[in-house]
Amino acid sequence: MLIAAAERAGTFIPRFCYHPRMKSVGVCRMCLVEVGGPRGPSLQPSCFVEVQDGAEVVTTSDKVKKAQDGVLEFLLVNHPLDCPVCDKGGECPLQDQTLAYGPGETRFVEEKRHFEKPIPISELVLLDRERCIQCSRCTRFASEVAGEAQIDFIGRGELIEVNTFPDLPFTSYFSGNTVQICPVGALTATPYRFTARPWDLDQVESTCTTCSVGCRVAVQSSANRVTRLLGIDVDPVNHGWLCDKGRFAYEAVNGTDRLTDPLVRKDGDLVPVSWHEALDAVARALEASRSKHGSGSVGMIGGGRLTNEGAYAWAKLAKGVIGTDSVDAQLGDGLPAKVVLGLPTATIDQATSADTVIVLAGDLREEVPILFLRLRGAAADGGPSIVELAPHSTALTPYATASLRYQPGEASALVGALIAPDGAAPDGVSEESWQRARDLVGADNVVVVVGRPSLAEDGALVADAAQLLASRLPGARFLPVLRRGNVRGALDMGLGPGLLPGRVTLEAGRAYFVEHWGSVPDEEGRDTSAMLAAGAAAADSAADSAAAAGSQPLDTLIVLGADPLSDFPDRRLARRGLDGAGFVVAVASAPGEVVERADVVLPAAEAHERPGTTTNIEGRLSRLGQKLVPPGQAWPDWMIAVELAAHLGEDLGLDSVADVWDEIECLAPAYRGITRQVLESPTATDGVLVPLPSVEVALPPRRAAPLDPIAFPGVESVERQGAPPRAGLVEMPTAAQGAEDEAGRLAAGGDTGRAPVLLAGPVEIAVPHVAPNDRYSFRLVATRRLYDRGSAVSRVPALGALVQPAPLRVNPHDLDGLGVTSGASVRLRTATASAVLEVVPDPSLPRQVAAVDFNVELPEGTVADLVDVSHPVVEFRLETL
Amino acid sequence: MTITDAPKIVTARLEHDDSHTLECYLATGGYDGLRKALTMTPEAVAHEVDAASLLGRGGAGFPAGRKWAMLRKNPVTYLVVNGDESEPATFKDHLLVERDPHQLIEGVLIAAYALQVTRAFIFIRGEFALGLERVQSALNDAYAHGAVGSDIFGSGFSIDLVVHPGAGAYICGEETALLESLEGKRGFPRIKPPYFPAAIGLYGEPTVVNNVETMSNLPWIVLNGGDAFAALGVGRSAGTRLFALAGHVNRPGVYELEMAKTTFGDLINAPILGGGIRHGRELKAFIPGGVSAPWFGPDQIDLPLGQDEVAAAGSMLGSGSVVAMDDQTCAVRAAWRITKFFARESCGQCTPCREGSGWLERIMARIERGHGRRVDLDLLLDACDNIAPGLTWPPQQTTICVLGPSIPSSIGSAIAMFRDEFLVHIKDGGCPFA
Amino acid sequence: MTDRSPAARRGTPLQAAPGTSKGGHLSTETVERARRTIDLYPEARSALIPLCHLAQEQDGWLTPEAMSDIAELVGITPAEVLGTASFYDMLHTEPVGRYVVSICTNIACQLNGADELLEHAQEMLAVNAGGTTSDGELTLEEAECLADCDRAPCVQVNHRFVGAQTPESFDRLVAELRAGDRRDEIPPHGTLTRVRRDGGIRTDPARVASERAAMAQVQARRAEEARSDVGGKGGA
Ligand SMILES: Cc1cc2nc3c(=O)[nH]c(=O)nc-3n(C[C@H](O)[C@H](O)[C@H](O)COP(=O)(O)O)c2cc1C
Ligand code: SF4
Ligand code: FES
Repeated sequence: MLIAAAERAGTFIPRFCYHPRMKSVGVCRMCLVEVGGPRGPSLQPSCFVEVQDGAEVVTTSDKVKKAQDGVLEFLLVNHPLDCPVCDKGGECPLQDQTLAYGPGETRFVEEKRHFEKPIPISELVLLDRERCIQCSRCTRFASEVAGEAQIDFIGRGELIEVNTFPDLPFTSYFSGNTVQICPVGALTATPYRFTARPWDLDQVESTCTTCSVGCRVAVQSSANRVTRLLGIDVDPVNHGWLCDKGRFAYEAVNGTDRLTDPLVRKDGDLVPVSWHEALDAVARALEASRSKHGSGSVGMIGGGRLTNEGAYAWAKLAKGVIGTDSVDAQLGDGLPAKVVLGLPTATIDQATSADTVIVLAGDLREEVPILFLRLRGAAADGGPSIVELAPHSTALTPYATASLRYQPGEASALVGALIAPDGAAPDGVSEESWQRARDLVGADNVVVVVGRPSLAEDGALVADAAQLLASRLPGARFLPVLRRGNVRGALDMGLGPGLLPGRVTLEAGRAYFVEHWGSVPDEEGRDTSAMLAAGAAAADSAADSAAAAGSQPLDTLIVLGADPLSDFPDRRLARRGLDGAGFVVAVASAPGEVVERADVVLPAAEAHERPGTTTNIEGRLSRLGQKLVPPGQAWPDWMIAVELAAHLGEDLGLDSVADVWDEIECLAPAYRGITRQVLESPTATDGVLVPLPSVEVALPPRRAAPLDPIAFPGVESVERQGAPPRAGLVEMPTAAQGAEDEAGRLAAGGDTGRAPVLLAGPVEIAVPHVAPNDRYSFRLVATRRLYDRGSAVSRVPALGALVQPAPLRVNPHDLDGLGVTSGASVRLRTATASAVLEVVPDPSLPRQVAAVDFNVELPEGTVADLVDVSHPVVEFRLETL
Repeated sequence: MTITDAPKIVTARLEHDDSHTLECYLATGGYDGLRKALTMTPEAVAHEVDAASLLGRGGAGFPAGRKWAMLRKNPVTYLVVNGDESEPATFKDHLLVERDPHQLIEGVLIAAYALQVTRAFIFIRGEFALGLERVQSALNDAYAHGAVGSDIFGSGFSIDLVVHPGAGAYICGEETALLESLEGKRGFPRIKPPYFPAAIGLYGEPTVVNNVETMSNLPWIVLNGGDAFAALGVGRSAGTRLFALAGHVNRPGVYELEMAKTTFGDLINAPILGGGIRHGRELKAFIPGGVSAPWFGPDQIDLPLGQDEVAAAGSMLGSGSVVAMDDQTCAVRAAWRITKFFARESCGQCTPCREGSGWLERIMARIERGHGRRVDLDLLLDACDNIAPGLTWPPQQTTICVLGPSIPSSIGSAIAMFRDEFLVHIKDGGCPFA
Repeated sequence: MTDRSPAARRGTPLQAAPGTSKGGHLSTETVERARRTIDLYPEARSALIPLCHLAQEQDGWLTPEAMSDIAELVGITPAEVLGTASFYDMLHTEPVGRYVVSICTNIACQLNGADELLEHAQEMLAVNAGGTTSDGELTLEEAECLADCDRAPCVQVNHRFVGAQTPESFDRLVAELRAGDRRDEIPPHGTLTRVRRDGGIRTDPARVASERAAMAQVQARRAEEARSDVGGKGGA
């Protein structure tokens, strides 16, 4: 479009309705320019005129100026001009353009249109209809981008207003985007309202780590409090959009409940102590464990919320210093790490431009919302055909060409039938749609989105199905949706059993890392389940130490910014595992159940309080900016590892976050070549895909378009994009420094020694056997919700209110068979546990499968109380009450 | 006075009280045009229409033959009939829909055959409840008669017709808004390009949109030949046309007249037509083609009722409705009322139209009530200029559709022709005619 | 300009308890007719306005429940149904009287005393245009041109033309409406057309064929008679 071409050429044409990420509608008429035509020049909206060779375009004639003045004046006819009390004041395109292009004085004496001042259209969004300029950005976002037209224009002509349907609030997970793109103050966010004036805000660019998509954000703060997050338009990832959880999660960082001091349990109580004392206590515990039970008796759970630098430092501490391989950034809710790192990774762009996307995962809208947004948008625009393999319908189902259901435990069977030359259609699937799905799966360009459709089904079962797909569809690429924050980065940094930094296995990297780290563990360690099971075994036989003698105990457990009690699928095991662990260290930023159980608590900085990097699901590396100073004595995670090593008498050799990065670049094979210069260069604005094809790669050129202040109002000026995070925590290296760094890299042996083999291709995993279930029993599907009881939501007041109750969803025929109706309560009884739940019919579920939201409050306990991870699937009976 | 004895082409049947019934229709040669068309090739039928120089009767006056020729080749095409008639003081389609629904249906079928469309929709203004009933019963009868549906009259040609009710919004007369409305959306005119639905129309498929009266001419044209039609009228303005006359005349009504032969004066004053201005008053001004058109004064009364002639004089024949205002009419009030109409009917997409219409309406209302300021006249014209730059005719526009730039027509005409009246309102603080 | 939107009056949308309003869902019969209507169109959403008319035929206005039902039938959100319906003057998202009396005040009618008629009507019914009489029987509307300009000032009741009215005749009209004297001519508000579609390629072909045969005979005879009666009239 002309408007964008002009902008690239340096001419900014004023506009309101045009948004580079949505279809042009040309309604505000602010962007009129004179375009030559057969009947002479005429005024045309530059947002709707295609660029044509030789077309004559005048953007500054008197006629254009008059038309633009006219539009501005018309917009002000009914505008309340309450700028002094408007959140948008100071960054309002209407205000700015009036100043720049508008008439000098007002000619109105007429009365203006009146509406009730702001009305809440959801828990998060307020609407002031008087300020609305009817640009339709919000309504178009809702229908075109989010696919949920919960808001729409109501009425006609001058009386047109945006609103919801009565009693149906704007509950879209993406509602905050409408606030961001509203060019005036008509839509405001409840958490931000009246908290700051734009000119008081200070900004850094960063990456959202609320989930693993890694959307780029502008973090704005005032007086050492984050005041808001705005999406930045990054072409391969978020297109400027954010989900509401990511957008508002910052409230937790500002929270009053933050841990500010190291704590040590004394006489049963946690008491504040100095860092020295706390670290000393941990070091003593570690030494005791190692000498008594061997290094393998030390375990670390968590790491998905750390930066890459933090994860690397902790991995080095665990594997190179303490000597344990029992570290796991996943909380039993992901997929076997080696499978994830071994599959050929797809980018989000590859998924949206594939012929077929196979989705073998949970509800993407609930888990990785912006990936959902991208996929939905692509599919709705005639992009890839989606084949969904899931036990239940998801938000993506309406966009899927084929949606095939399977019983938990039978993913591989379904995949096998789908790709076998003579695979028969499963029950209830018409021959026609089965054939269509088979054709699609056989397409040239296939991307598989693989995650955990259910937390009540062993991840190995899904990984097995994924590997089956990989073996039969050689060209297919995989997008793993491990949901939590920087979990991909943590695994890349070696925070998983059998892994070393840089996507290398313990075996393949042993010699290399021994050379550089001094030592690595001899044996592959335990994953989270096994660690907790070891702890639980000790708890169960506290008096009877003989029982625990068979296997190595879990003597010291370090929980790295994780909450296994709410995130591990089997809560009883998590509880007993923690209880039975000899000594528990919590590296945490806020109190919680783990902190309550811990013997030592080490306060850590949170998102926005530490610089560093993160790696998203695609393996895209991008930078995190620091905007705040951590509260009290809280330290960034990498520093805690370094200091703890020092207390163990070892020097990790890492003195700054930049040092850590340099070592990662130098030692972690997959990250080779991504120097700080590369990372901080403007070409890396959109992040860098790991690994680089070769060190000497030419990076994709930076998008030429400067930042359009109206596309993303409020995001500070374009120059900031690509610049290093502010506050001087990562310095932009000078040319001289760069050369020095290079020399240092060589000196550190970066290019000496043989680089270990990157993980690639299928790996052997133990796949549990699932026996067919009997006629009476059901299988449980535990699905994730965006708003759940997890700490990311419960610490954010604005989001906590959005958690929904969790009824049990059952196929209506099964409900009939039981003789219960919707809304009735039933008892769900597994071999080891039971719970009472309300039931609702869900025809999308196969027979004898029932689904419930994981980690949402039940009348008694949580769904995690029902899961027993020692069984690959959870079978149960339903009993009427 | 030249009131020709040209045949009545679309109103011939109206002398019968039961003109809307199939019985009367068949008795008066009904469906003969369709039968004849079905014996011809579709191209031959289209050729006759092209030869007829049938200018669209909906307002824009675009030749039907040319529009049909533009229909993009596509496996699916649609025909949509515009029966939204909402241009103030236009009431000719109302008559055709209620009184001769079969003629409309026959015309639609002929067009559908000539264009070989997939399906045809007849969009009728919702406020025409009786008209909707009449067209639906006629359609039911036509189905039963074999004139529509599968294998029409054994010709092998099949087509389904659907009567679609509107729901009250003037803008749905604009053809792209009509298509949006037919798609179940609010009637927002579509942004151009594409300039014609013949390229991208209903559901994105090529579509011809024609007015009810345009369609109603087709049976006659097929039966009598395009040349016979073209022989009537003057130049491009061929055939006869319906003129709806309203306002301060003795005999308001719809008159079918040979195009460009009769003058506005004849229409208003001839005893068998308008019968002159009521109560023996003088003509003050008249609107020649719907309220979107600039006004004319008594000195332009001798202009013929021809499309190009009226255009050359700085207005338009538009929807063929003429409103005569007598010398006791307050021009400010009349122009205000028309502005109010546009303010109520603006769809609301484009800023200049949405906000401009309301603002202008409030200024006009203020002047009319006697609270005007001298600066208001310049303000009115300048704001109008921001909707229709240059205030030229035909208008240039800052908006998507021409509703916006139609707003200045009345205001501009009233100020140009009766500036003194505005000044009196302002000076005396009220209306001199009240 | 006052805010006449339903949303403005309803205040904060989050406060109203769901499911508090009674009834208003589409009846089985209406849903059946709605399905047949949807079948007429290549895309379901096209039937939105006809379906809104059907809902108004049932309840006189578009209840929120009916809008939700329509949303489900045509596959869009309730907000889109409300958004679309509220664009159109004839679709009422708030209750109206049994008779909606529309007085046109546009130019041709204004020139013929429409403003005075409207003023009289407002006084006589004791409501402003847009309001409903206290007995809930009549809703008065100021209409834009209704295309009946040769009978100005033009008045419609439930979109049936009742001819030019004077203040006196208007009083009689209202009295007749209230007394129920015009029931045959003017159905309750919402009934747009009492003629149902029958026929069409999409309806039962066997029925159409037999009907067609029967009608053909009748028509042939009538046409024969007619032709001999009036000679070559019609057409040219
Ligand atoms: C604001 C506006 C309102 C219109 N209203 C009508 C109308 O009520 N009836 C009609 O036939 N055409 C109307 N038109 C013209 C149509 O857009 C279109 O030109 C016409 O239906 C084409 O048919 P024709 O070529 O047979 O005239 C209107 C145009 C505009 C811009
Ligand atoms: S000019 Fe007016 S009526 Fe036409 S599209 Fe724009 S806002 Fe709608
Ligand atoms: S019309 Fe082009 S930006 Fe709004």
